[in-house]
Amino acid sequence: MSKDIFVAIEQRAGMVQKVSIELLGEARRLAAELNEQVVAVLMGSGVAGLSDMLCHYGADKVLVVDHPVLEHYTTEPYAKAMTHVIHTYDPDIVLFGATSIGRDLAPRVAGRVHTGLTADCTSLAIEEESKLLLMTRPAFGGNIMATIVCKDYRPQMATVRPGVMPLPEKDESRTGEVELVDAGLSMSDMNVEILEINRNEKKSVDITEAKILVSGGRGVGGPEGYQPLRELADVLGGEVSASRVAVDSGWIEKDRQVGQTGKTVRPNLYIACGISGAIQHQAGMEGSEYIVAINLDEGAPMMKLADLGVVGDLSVIVPKLTEAIKAYRAKQAV
Amino acid sequence: MKIVVCIKQVPDTAEVRLDPKTNTLIRDGVPSIINHDDKTGLEAALRIREQVGGSVTVVCMGPPQADVALREALAMGCDEAVLVSGREFGGSDTYATATILGATLRKIGFDLVITGRQAIDGDTAQVGPQIAEQLGIPQVSYAEGVEVQGDSLVVKRQFEDQYHLLKVKTPCLITALSELAEPRYMSVGGIVDAYNKEVKILGFDDLKDDLNPAWIGLAGSPTNVRQSFTKQAKTSGTVLSGLSADEAVDAIMAKLIERHII
Repeated sequence: MSKDIFVAIEQRAGMVQKVSIELLGEARRLAAELNEQVVAVLMGSGVAGLSDMLCHYGADKVLVVDHPVLEHYTTEPYAKAMTHVIHTYDPDIVLFGATSIGRDLAPRVAGRVHTGLTADCTSLAIEEESKLLLMTRPAFGGNIMATIVCKDYRPQMATVRPGVMPLPEKDESRTGEVELVDAGLSMSDMNVEILEINRNEKKSVDITEAKILVSGGRGVGGPEGYQPLRELADVLGGEVSASRVAVDSGWIEKDRQVGQTGKTVRPNLYIACGISGAIQHQAGMEGSEYIVAINLDEGAPMMKLADLGVVGDLSVIVPKLTEAIKAYRAKQAV
Repeated sequence: MKIVVCIKQVPDTAEVRLDPKTNTLIRDGVPSIINHDDKTGLEAALRIREQVGGSVTVVCMGPPQADVALREALAMGCDEAVLVSGREFGGSDTYATATILGATLRKIGFDLVITGRQAIDGDTAQVGPQIAEQLGIPQVSYAEGVEVQGDSLVVKRQFEDQYHLLKVKTPCLITALSELAEPRYMSVGGIVDAYNKEVKILGFDDLKDDLNPAWIGLAGSPTNVRQSFTKQAKTSGTVLSGLSADEAVDAIMAKLIERHII
């Protein structure tokens, strides 16, 4: 019988990606309900040393597929390795990060083992009676949510959106079993040739890591309108982010975009400046702990979503707020 | 080179609105369009044909109304159009869709298959790779550049933090990002021609020998929608209006202090 929850660990150049850790935490939670184990599937070349860390974050067992052909991600060797693991161990559930690698690998594997795959999930749960995995995801640009089940095929597979599941605590006293798996790989499994690998030179900002985001939309008015937002973010120790319209207008870089086609963020504080709050934008930030909206339009959807909505001119309020925080801090310091 | 581009006709989700009273989707009057990433794939295919010769066939699975999308692709310059349509195909998830399109592609033949990365209604990005799996050919997804070199392609494959230049032999499949090529407009001559051309229709009977009928449609789909719902609007917070800028700042400051943010 199929059992246990497998997490496909994504590593790039030996660095485990954050989404994989998030998935270990989520798998732990689901495994408790099913009374099953969490198994990390670690694929790469010379990566076995990462196993302990995966146990610290919640894996009961780590299956290591280590082979030179897995040094850099290409579809076929990874698909072959993962398929071998699934056929050998018969998992109940397999989770992947919904990254550009996970979304390339998971459908190929699901096709090969003939099972269902649900893309880009934002919430997972176990149905009490059937013990089925309930996979919930946004569709129609975030306008509706759909809960998907895979009743008759195993494993139940899902890719999960990065940044949606909370990071688990690291427990260095946790240990687990580590098993090396021979998936029968060879260098000839690679059916594409890597001519060049080019890491983006510009260090990209990871807004998903920021505890505080000052976010600007159409109401910011132009690229220069971001300066006061940057100053506010600086005094708060946060980052600047943006809505799609600001990115599409070229006011700010794409890697700062929040929303359905951008990133999902869940900071402690999200200050939405001049963002009307289209449903696609909300999809990327509604998990924020506290939301402040500053907008001229009282009827903007963001005002409804915000914990505190202030109707007013952001070009006046934002600089004043920055000054007020500085003044408050100066007073506290005395 | 025989290039086949798979496209999907989708509702323009930017135009989809929620009915504030019933909290359901208002689909009336929402225009149907060719999915943007797929249109990029069409453009990339036409440019490859211009460079190395061959033909571009456009394939769309959908209801008879998808004819419009295929005519648009013909008007952009595609040579042939195929509509894959049948009641047996309805309700297919990505696995079942790839099963049907895989059978279609085996029937019509190909050297290169191009799909868009993902469709704006489902956003799954799964059908492209699953077609490649059905056909047993290599895939390169997230393509933002493509160049033909003999019987191979050199593809610029985008990742979040890097890109790879990959060389892959045909037959193969690539999934197109919007960065791949800016789609051209239909030409006037193309529009006239498009309505004189035949759109070939393939139904269940045409494909049934080439696929497992138990693996298609709603019943053959491994995944099923248990329920769909619109998100619950969370309980409203406080909205303050008619304040001076200083009062507004005071209100925000009070919350930041209360929540120990500053």
